[in-house]
Amino acid sequence: MTGALSRRGFLGALGQTALGGLVLTVLPREADAKDEKDKAAKSEAPRVDKPPPGFTPNVFIHVGSDGKIVIMCHRSEMGQGVRSTIPALLAAELGADMAHVTIEQAPGDPLFGDQNTDGSSSIRNAFVELRQIAAVARTMLVAAAARRWKVAPESCHTEKSKVLHAGDARALTFAELADDAGKLPVPKPESVKLLAWKDLHLAEQSLPVIDAPAIVNGTAVFAADVKVPGMLIAVIARPPVVGGKLVKFDATRALALPGVKQVLEIPAPTPPYVFQPWGGVAVLAENTWAAMRGAKALALEWDLGKNASYDSQTYKDELSKSVSSAGTVARKVGDAEGALGKAAKVVQAEYHLPHLAHATMEPPATLAHVTEKHCELWTASQDPQTAREVAAKTLGLQTFQVTVHVTLLGGGFGRKSKADFVAEAALLSKLAGVPVRVQWTREDDLRHDYFHSVSTQQLTAALDDKGAITAWRHRTAFPPIGSTFNVAATRPGAGDLQQGVTDLPLTVPNVLAETCEAPAHVRIGWMRSVYNVFHAFSVNSFIDELAAARGVDPLAQRLELLGPPRKVSLSELGIEKLANYGAKLADHPVDTARMRNVVERVTQAARWDSRKQEGRALGLAAHRSFLTYVAVVAQVSKRADGRIAVDEVWICTDAGTVVNHERARSQMEGAVIFGQSIALHSGMTMKAGVAEQHNFHQYKLTRIGEAPRKIHVDLVESEGLPGGIGEPGVPPVAPAIVNAVFALTGQRVRELPLEKHGLV
Amino acid sequence: MIKLRINGEERALEVDPEMPLLWALRDVAGLTGTKYGCGEALCGACTVHLDGEAVRACVTPMRRCEGRAVTTIEGLSKDGSHPLQKAWCEQGVPQCGFCQAGQIMTAACLLANVPKPSDEEIDRSLAGNLCRCGTYTRIRAAVKQAAGIEEGSR
Ligand code: FES
Ligand code: FES
Repeated sequence: MTGALSRRGFLGALGQTALGGLVLTVLPREADAKDEKDKAAKSEAPRVDKPPPGFTPNVFIHVGSDGKIVIMCHRSEMGQGVRSTIPALLAAELGADMAHVTIEQAPGDPLFGDQNTDGSSSIRNAFVELRQIAAVARTMLVAAAARRWKVAPESCHTEKSKVLHAGDARALTFAELADDAGKLPVPKPESVKLLAWKDLHLAEQSLPVIDAPAIVNGTAVFAADVKVPGMLIAVIARPPVVGGKLVKFDATRALALPGVKQVLEIPAPTPPYVFQPWGGVAVLAENTWAAMRGAKALALEWDLGKNASYDSQTYKDELSKSVSSAGTVARKVGDAEGALGKAAKVVQAEYHLPHLAHATMEPPATLAHVTEKHCELWTASQDPQTAREVAAKTLGLQTFQVTVHVTLLGGGFGRKSKADFVAEAALLSKLAGVPVRVQWTREDDLRHDYFHSVSTQQLTAALDDKGAITAWRHRTAFPPIGSTFNVAATRPGAGDLQQGVTDLPLTVPNVLAETCEAPAHVRIGWMRSVYNVFHAFSVNSFIDELAAARGVDPLAQRLELLGPPRKVSLSELGIEKLANYGAKLADHPVDTARMRNVVERVTQAARWDSRKQEGRALGLAAHRSFLTYVAVVAQVSKRADGRIAVDEVWICTDAGTVVNHERARSQMEGAVIFGQSIALHSGMTMKAGVAEQHNFHQYKLTRIGEAPRKIHVDLVESEGLPGGIGEPGVPPVAPAIVNAVFALTGQRVRELPLEKHGLV
Repeated sequence: MIKLRINGEERALEVDPEMPLLWALRDVAGLTGTKYGCGEALCGACTVHLDGEAVRACVTPMRRCEGRAVTTIEGLSKDGSHPLQKAWCEQGVPQCGFCQAGQIMTAACLLANVPKPSDEEIDRSLAGNLCRCGTYTRIRAAVKQAAGIEEGSR
């Protein structure tokens, strides 16, 4: 990040008027212009020249001469607490008092580095870089003070927005130093010294939820809450099947409704669908109700296209067939087939999980204001830079001509990193000639999601005549996310299998993993913890099944398969490469010691030893994902009416260094409920290509009455490199519940949700 | 034209009598704290008080509001000082926050009728309020804190 570029970008953002804490106007920069034509276009865009007085070492931090400190949050807030965490980390490294800090949400702009709020990556991918950003500012403020006092910078430190001199009472506020600091050269981020982790004092603090006051008084701004003059609301009637086309439509009745202003056609996408609009007919109205009524009043005729043959029941049989014969080898140690041929006993199980919908509480929404040379967006996007590029492409504009303001997201879970709803808004605003806010209904959201993959897993183990496990074979079939981007993708790539297949430590001498064919007939997308959901489910269920088959305690079975504490090598895993969530294996090895530790801690906390008590049972599962180790014990019992209740859950997490313990705990609590929904209720099925679940009476989620009475969160204290927090809590939850159901009832559930079996 | 009292203020809204209160509040009255989550009385995100009773604004037509008093999250207190609002912040309840106005409005109605609710009463009253982020255990704790109920043996 160069000083000049950084400064210009930041000041552009800072100079804007703010509404509800959000930067709400335009951010043009000549520096972005690629050629003369660009520059000409650029010069017509509104601009901000006057920097506020003070010190702006980079795009993330501004220390005003008035003592006000602005810290930018470049990642999207969707409930994980990133707006509470990143600014707190920067402020701690800077030595700023949070009472002086205002948090601004960064617009979508490469100046801020990677903004894609996905993959539980906000801290784990930028822990050092973020601290360096603040350390640069601190170093400069300290240098300014040291100069004034004619002392060595090493004898100074920062605290509560002041530079203090060791050994005497000398102190200068950041405000007093801002102008001087601004005149100093900006040191290279790699050259500045970071504080010791313990000196940041974050581990022992319970950081406040920054947006909580605005959330509880109704002033927090989500995408659907933004208004601009002259704006219309659009609700879109989409083809019921993805890839379907409009044959004809009649808008007479819609246009006759009061408040309805325009009806516009959105062209059908061509595969691969990527982030193109789904197509359909949009009704633009003065208010949301009129737009919703208008969309219902359209007379529509569709050509449903080839995906209209998609039927979840039939597809389940196809997947079953797919895993019943050999696939493409993804992992190989020894000779699993040979060992299976010689086995005294073979244990085999097939697991099936349905499509899932993200079902964010806030359905997708985006406001776009498109003029001839500019597009301004207010969007609930997890990935504002992609939103910006998608809008530019949709409109035939250059990226710099698009400004993206990120509002709060009413849940994301991966849904809102897909920019299809942004493209819709941009296109409609252009066609309509006025600002347009696209509002998805809940029905739209559930029926037209980028669904989590449906999946079938077949697991097979060989036991010798002494009952020892001599082979482990895992076949996985699921339509991959790649199919949304490449029509030829019908099975997962190697990178996809790191999520619980190829990265699984096993002390079995012969291991084989294979991928099997599974073509996609809907848009597939990543959802919180992604493929780990079904891999963790099948692997943890199968370990439990092996324990039962061998008459071994499930905890002992797990520890036996995990083996002694060690860092597992690629050759032991039987693979050549491990994607490892983008991290070096040397930094983040597959570490069985950490896994054993969370398993042991969670089982101790849940009193696994005394688990056999009348009327209740415990189930255990553990999984490493996003470089974090999580173990879960669920306690279930039967209600008076015979249905299963999840009474209590223990979750132990080793995520390395945790910046914001309080939000990490809340993420683990949320992950338990999210996983419980997967185990008990949720499933999206297709009939004739159409999603059968349209609203929350059909797509069911955990409600308060079913939530465990208590969720015990145990975070392992660590100064190791940070892993993810938002996602890794989810995968072990469903298998822990299902294993507990087995312990309680003897019934082994291999297909989710439990609701399907009349158990809840 | 529908006349009603919103958060203590007399308002006359130029709306179709069939328009749900939710959209009249959000799009016409400019009160966006009340959220749309399902439109079918299935999620509780749109919960407001109509003459002191918790209702789902998404299925409450404006004609039913004529001459009545509506309280939204913006009007629950002047300054965020309602015991539930304070407890919600202290317990760190909100994750994404989208469901929370509805949760708080439902809980406010509960506490107005049952000052010291049991665990079962809390769960029953909030059964219609979904939270996809899964903040339920903290919601319970915050309701109890606001009601002055000691967290006992859990
Ligand atoms: S929006 Fe009214 S209950 Fe869901
Ligand atoms: S806090 Fe996100 S839905 Fe409840």
